[in-house]
Amino acid sequence: MAKSFKEALESGKFVITAEVGPPKGVDIEEMKHHIELLKDKVDGLNVTDNQSSVMRISTLPVCRLIQEAGGEPILQMTCRDKNRIALQAELLGAYILGIKNVLCLTGDYVTVGDHVDAKPVFDLDSVLLLKAISGLEQGKDFAGNELKGSPAFCKGAIVTPEANPIEPQLIKFEKKIKAGAEFIQTQAIYDLDNFKKFMKYARKFDVKIMAGIVLLVSAGMARYMNANVPGIFVPKDLIDEMAGAEKGKALEKGIEIAGRMIKTLKDEKICDGVHIMAIGKEGKVPDILAAAGLI
Amino acid sequence: MIVADRKPFDDIKAMLEGFEKILIVGCGECVSVCMVGGEKEVEILASQLRMAAGKEGKKIEIGEITLERQCDREYLELLKDRINNYDVVVSMACGAGVQFLAEMYDHKIVLPATNTRFIGVTEGEGVWAERCRACSDCVLAETGGICPVTICAKGLLNGPCGGTNDGKCEVDKNKDCAWTLIYNRLDKLGRLDSIREIFPAKRYSVQTRPGRRIHEAFKEKE
Ligand code: SF4
Ligand code: SF4
Repeated sequence: MAKSFKEALESGKFVITAEVGPPKGVDIEEMKHHIELLKDKVDGLNVTDNQSSVMRISTLPVCRLIQEAGGEPILQMTCRDKNRIALQAELLGAYILGIKNVLCLTGDYVTVGDHVDAKPVFDLDSVLLLKAISGLEQGKDFAGNELKGSPAFCKGAIVTPEANPIEPQLIKFEKKIKAGAEFIQTQAIYDLDNFKKFMKYARKFDVKIMAGIVLLVSAGMARYMNANVPGIFVPKDLIDEMAGAEKGKALEKGIEIAGRMIKTLKDEKICDGVHIMAIGKEGKVPDILAAAGLI
Repeated sequence: MIVADRKPFDDIKAMLEGFEKILIVGCGECVSVCMVGGEKEVEILASQLRMAAGKEGKKIEIGEITLERQCDREYLELLKDRINNYDVVVSMACGAGVQFLAEMYDHKIVLPATNTRFIGVTEGEGVWAERCRACSDCVLAETGGICPVTICAKGLLNGPCGGTNDGKCEVDKNKDCAWTLIYNRLDKLGRLDSIREIFPAKRYSVQTRPGRRIHEAFKEKE
């Protein structure tokens, strides 16, 4: 990608990002393959930070690999494992390597992952992490000390438009913008009517919104997410559509649905872009983009 | 008050392996209220130990005493005459009480019979729940009297994480999300404005470990 992610965001084009999940262990062949496959088809590749509190290769070196491969990395940073000193140090380190996009998250709790006895940190939260980054950009660390040379990042955060209750979520969304968020990725959305309502509200703010698209691979997955994943709601008609797919064709159906949703979001100018999460099926992202008419 | 659990009997028994003269010391305050270390629990532990020893044909001698408190020297003083008749002391107080006893009688082996859990309240009969992490920088004025440091699993100060679901916490579906509670309470009080501004990060520097406080009137004496 010739353009930086920030330039892409500012250009007003419909922005597309995908996700790279670092593996647990040092065999990175598959991940490298995904990077190669996706880097020129998207405006940015998010690298997850010990996603679901499962220990894996850390984010920064993988961002660097993406960059070396000619892609545009987005560093995900959670507050779970690092205190304010480690977070800022990592940000400065990222910047000197040329990694300038950061997505700030609180992070899952430690006990949902594979090191349940680890000490949860959560020194800062996602809002305060954004504030810390804004401070670094202004030449000051979180404690107010002068920096010798200050970085400049493109800062993002997350919102869950389907959260229940929604009000506390929106208060936090507004704080994230106040703290400097330039783009906001949403949790997976499937109910476009509800998302439009959210967008009507979100358009009041000077921030780019990227809808989260999670690839459905079966009707069972949709039902499972409805029952177990906070802030995700797959409407019945989509579950029925998945269930009605011919035997062995559910994944294709999921790709078709994801592509269709992205096309609607783009054509109707509902939001500013999409973030595609094809968990475990990263290789299918080009098919989703093709189904959306984007490549 | 301080809420504790009693350690499993097998753990206590293992700690006491080889000791013949055992003094069990209860505490009449918090741990008595939460039914782990008061007079009655001292009695129960003593008879459990006697029974176990009897079964194994071992001879042990157990003394029982419950002090008003173990976090005050004046009450701990009362052990002075008795303590030397025993090889080991088992304290049933919270961790603070165990340590104060051990500090005062530092020639004695003092062992804990409880796992100290939290500062909490009595929610119902036999139910205690944590309410404060003693963070030394109380934010309850802004959060509608609900502590995000304690009630939120992640101690978040600026609102709910993405894991909140139908008002419950991502860590445990049976627990309320602190931020739903805070929002609802402030909404009811008409004080939502107090959480609209970005809340500053916690100042861990005020949480000196170990904490120590001297009353103004006593500063000179120190
Ligand atoms: S020793 Fe512990 S349990 Fe007993 S009164 Fe003091 S603080 Fe409470
Ligand atoms: S904010 Fe919470 S932990 Fe801190 S003193 Fe107040 S109640 Fe206790």
